[in-house]
Amino acid sequence: MTSPRKPLAPRTAMPEQSPEVRIHNFEEVPLGYTPEQAQAEAARCMQCRKPACVEGCPVQVDIPAFLALIKQGQFVEAARKIKETNCLPAVCGRVCPQESQCEGRCIFVKRGQPLAVGALERFAADYEREHGQVDVPEIAPPTGRRIAVIGAGPSGLTVAGDLIRLGHEVTVFEAFHQPGGVLVYGIPEFRLPKRIVEAEVEYLRRLGVQFAMNHVVGRVVSVDELLTHEGFDAVFIGVGAGLPQGLNIPGENLGGICFANEYLTRVNLMKAYAFPAYDTPVARGGRVAVIGGGNVAMDAARTARRLEAESVDVVYRRSREEMPARAEEIHHAEQEGIHFRFLCAPVEYLGDAKGMVCGIRCQEMELGEPDASGRRRPQPKPDSFFTIDVDQVIVAVGAGANPLLTRQTGDLQLNKWGYIITSETGATSRPGVWAGGDIVTGSATVIQAMGAGKIAARDIHRWLARRSESTDGAPVETLES
Amino acid sequence: MALVIENREIGPQLVEMIVEAPRIARKAQPGQFVIVMADPAGERVPLTIADFDRQKGTITMVVAVVGASSLKISRIGAGQSLHALIGPLGAPSEIEPHGTVVMVAGGVGAAPIYPIARAFAEAGADLITIQGARNAELLFWTDRLAAISRQHIIITDDGSAGLKGLVTQPLGELLAADPSRQIARVYAIGPPIMMKFCCETTRPHNVPTIVSLNSIMVDGTGMCGGCRVEVGGQTKFTCVDGPEFDGHLVAWDQLMARQRAFKHHENCAMERQAAQAVCE
Repeated sequence: MTSPRKPLAPRTAMPEQSPEVRIHNFEEVPLGYTPEQAQAEAARCMQCRKPACVEGCPVQVDIPAFLALIKQGQFVEAARKIKETNCLPAVCGRVCPQESQCEGRCIFVKRGQPLAVGALERFAADYEREHGQVDVPEIAPPTGRRIAVIGAGPSGLTVAGDLIRLGHEVTVFEAFHQPGGVLVYGIPEFRLPKRIVEAEVEYLRRLGVQFAMNHVVGRVVSVDELLTHEGFDAVFIGVGAGLPQGLNIPGENLGGICFANEYLTRVNLMKAYAFPAYDTPVARGGRVAVIGGGNVAMDAARTARRLEAESVDVVYRRSREEMPARAEEIHHAEQEGIHFRFLCAPVEYLGDAKGMVCGIRCQEMELGEPDASGRRRPQPKPDSFFTIDVDQVIVAVGAGANPLLTRQTGDLQLNKWGYIITSETGATSRPGVWAGGDIVTGSATVIQAMGAGKIAARDIHRWLARRSESTDGAPVETLES
Repeated sequence: MALVIENREIGPQLVEMIVEAPRIARKAQPGQFVIVMADPAGERVPLTIADFDRQKGTITMVVAVVGASSLKISRIGAGQSLHALIGPLGAPSEIEPHGTVVMVAGGVGAAPIYPIARAFAEAGADLITIQGARNAELLFWTDRLAAISRQHIIITDDGSAGLKGLVTQPLGELLAADPSRQIARVYAIGPPIMMKFCCETTRPHNVPTIVSLNSIMVDGTGMCGGCRVEVGGQTKFTCVDGPEFDGHLVAWDQLMARQRAFKHHENCAMERQAAQAVCE
């Protein structure tokens, strides 16, 4: 028996700040669903028996279950359902690339109207937080085991949250003066308000997680010392991939050229957009070019737009289809009047007499055969050079492994790019040391780092339990209990 | 938070600060630096570790008031706290006692040079120090440097203390009077222009010359790349590859152009700080 195909209700649009208004502020762009909008959107879910959306989620959130709860108006319960597997839903609802994960697998994607899973995840988490409904879960009895987490970014916060609940003592060491990692230094306020990250960190503090800020592990203390002198039983390394990369073309060290890491850290972490109320300066205005086509490039371009740039050009050597940025960011950038120069590869930065950048010599590209990443490889067109006049250049072409910590840590196996080699469960070559997130995989997403943190936390817990059994015969509570 | 133990004026716009930092003091090596934030709205400012006391758990910094942020830091008195203190950062100096070492300090450069000079002296090097400043008032720690040096030369732009002239003059004379090449190494720390000309002075004599750069930086751990500098045609990060480099290979003019990046902002912030000072 087949029932006639019902007309598909359209996806509920998210209210947003208009482009004309938002380019003059750093407030969040999407404004969030109302409860009515959320219920209407959640009601579209077919409750598939084999939900492909869950398979598409790196931490397997039970999406149909939380959508059903929203549909019934049980918003707090929906948030708690998500939190069973994802401890940062307010963050993930905002920054996950849903179109290539949950939403990309939705049965309605073929008809162009996938469920707005990200917007609903955000709604549930915001509702719970804003209504003061965040409760502290039960914490297992103390195990007496101590874990050091290095890096307070997405993977480290996940490990800390999971292990503290199992009764372990957790200290998070962070090099910056504020926890959050890329969530605070990298992702702009207009995409992820910092109060949301602060609330997540506050939640971990309430669970008992200790934060040791301003600690550059590898300098002030080494991993070896944490394990030998400071009494930690295990260490998780989640320091991210924070080494900026350039194009290695002439002129890269001219004044007026900076890496997106510097630009975004000044604006986001140091709040340079509020200069001089905050002391950190950042260049404003002028003709800005951003090199690259990922999320970081979009963040830099949209930030420059908000810092009164006369013009913002995104210079990308492939075409629109190959851009790794989230669809929503590209769409928002276009709305904000950012100009895209596709199939355009910089070959040299040009400087003025004072040593400041004034132009980019570029070459036109065309797409050839697919490369190792599956994307069509850009090839230079002969005799197609031209110059873009600029006052400022922001380079956002990727990041590598920062060797500061790994170089100082004994017996830690690295691959040829300097990333840490781990087992499937995040264990490194060094007993008692785990790693996850970008320092293992290279630049990836927040949710992938969180997924790695979850797996590592489980393995650390198992390892500690085994050690306890073999030393004092008192097994610690297992994760499954 | 790091408690300020002592804040002492040692010259016009010059403050010596002793700060409680047991973990940093335990690890600090000559040549390394810290990053300081005065308050939650503050800038992250790199400052050299001018001295450290592992027993007492303190480090010493010398703050030269050159802008809004250093002014703010210099005003944090004993009993108050710095919002953040991060370190020790940077690669330590390579202390190899080989023959005679000439250490040239320009202005506030006396602070970073002191722990390096002391380490060389303790390791048995034959130490000559040249300490220069614009005038007598801006000289500090002359006794400390003299105490560890076989010869300590003071020189000021206006002749108000020691010789009259620039540090490159006695440096050039020492090198000219050293045909048998007893001088194995020169250190030059001070303003970029002074370091550049010290390097030009030593270059014809082929004496290895180490400089310590104080570039614009944010994180100090190799993440932002703001402190990059071209050394021997390669891009280096001052915060992790330095701060010490072979001065003969540094692209000085490019470095100085990059240092000017926020000149306009600095003026604006200084006006604001000055206005606040009047209110206080």
